[in-house]
Amino acid sequence: MKLIVNEKEVTVPDSVTVVKDLLHHFELTDRVVMVEQNQEVIDHSAHTVQPVKEGDQFQLVQFVGGG
Amino acid sequence: MLKIGSKSFSSRLLLGTGKYPDFHSQKKAVEVSEADILTFSVRKMDIFDKDQPNLLQELERSDYTLLPNTAGAATAEEAVQTARLARASGLCDMVKVEIIGCSKTLLPDPVETLKACEMLLEEGFIVLPYTSDDVVLARRLEELGCHAIMPGASPIGSGQGIINPLNLQWIIEQSSVPVIVDAGIGSPSDAAIAMELGADAVLLNTAVSGAKDPIKMALAMKKAIEAGRLGFEAGRIPKKTHATASSPSTGMIHS
Repeated sequence: MKLIVNEKEVTVPDSVTVVKDLLHHFELTDRVVMVEQNQEVIDHSAHTVQPVKEGDQFQLVQFVGGG
Repeated sequence: MLKIGSKSFSSRLLLGTGKYPDFHSQKKAVEVSEADILTFSVRKMDIFDKDQPNLLQELERSDYTLLPNTAGAATAEEAVQTARLARASGLCDMVKVEIIGCSKTLLPDPVETLKACEMLLEEGFIVLPYTSDDVVLARRLEELGCHAIMPGASPIGSGQGIINPLNLQWIIEQSSVPVIVDAGIGSPSDAAIAMELGADAVLLNTAVSGAKDPIKMALAMKKAIEAGRLGFEAGRIPKKTHATASSPSTGMIHS
């Protein structure tokens, strides 16, 4: 399945069906990651149920140092 | 105690976590500052380079309240989306509204700031706007329902200190929500003066992260803010245009 993640086209296995699988695929499950899918913000509590579909556009963001 | 919305904090220093020379000094400065509230920015991850050290991963998160900022947003809509993303972490419900309207001065855009605050308040955020030291704008932000007002002492990262103490004093006098002096602090004495003016807290970043020794400066800022607050509570003497002896004027030995 092809997706756009942070402006890059990526191919993920078909086993990726929900957001949590996507984070697992990128080895991000132990990090604080916030997810935007097709411009919609996905709450962390929905990561296990929010479906991932062909062509979806994701932004994966994090907290970084800032003032 | 500093009270913002329904939350109470023992430290009156809010510390920014940006632009430290290295990860060790960032972590250590946070520790010695004894700040309860730490600011962060929200940025895209490099999904192919995940091994960069990240302060948030190293902190005992239950010890701190995260205050994400909306830095990078140029419009109210962008700021709101950044705030929503931050809250989607499940780690915070406070947001520092920061919408820059001028790339030279980094002064905030008052119109977009006001609009963003209104939208965020409707969505149930605890809203702390970074604003200029405009007295009327500060009042309008409070009337909207903002939970604190954060006027700049001087432009972000300038280290100019408090360039308009009169405006800050007016904002402090009129506000019934906490006033947190944010931006422009350069030295511990700047922070102490902000507190002596009656500010409820000080938010600073570059003054610590850009210091020769950020860890020592974090400690200095903590002490300065405590001293300034104590001085404010103790009530300073009025400034006079004449001298008054502090030793007794009777019983002189050489009379």
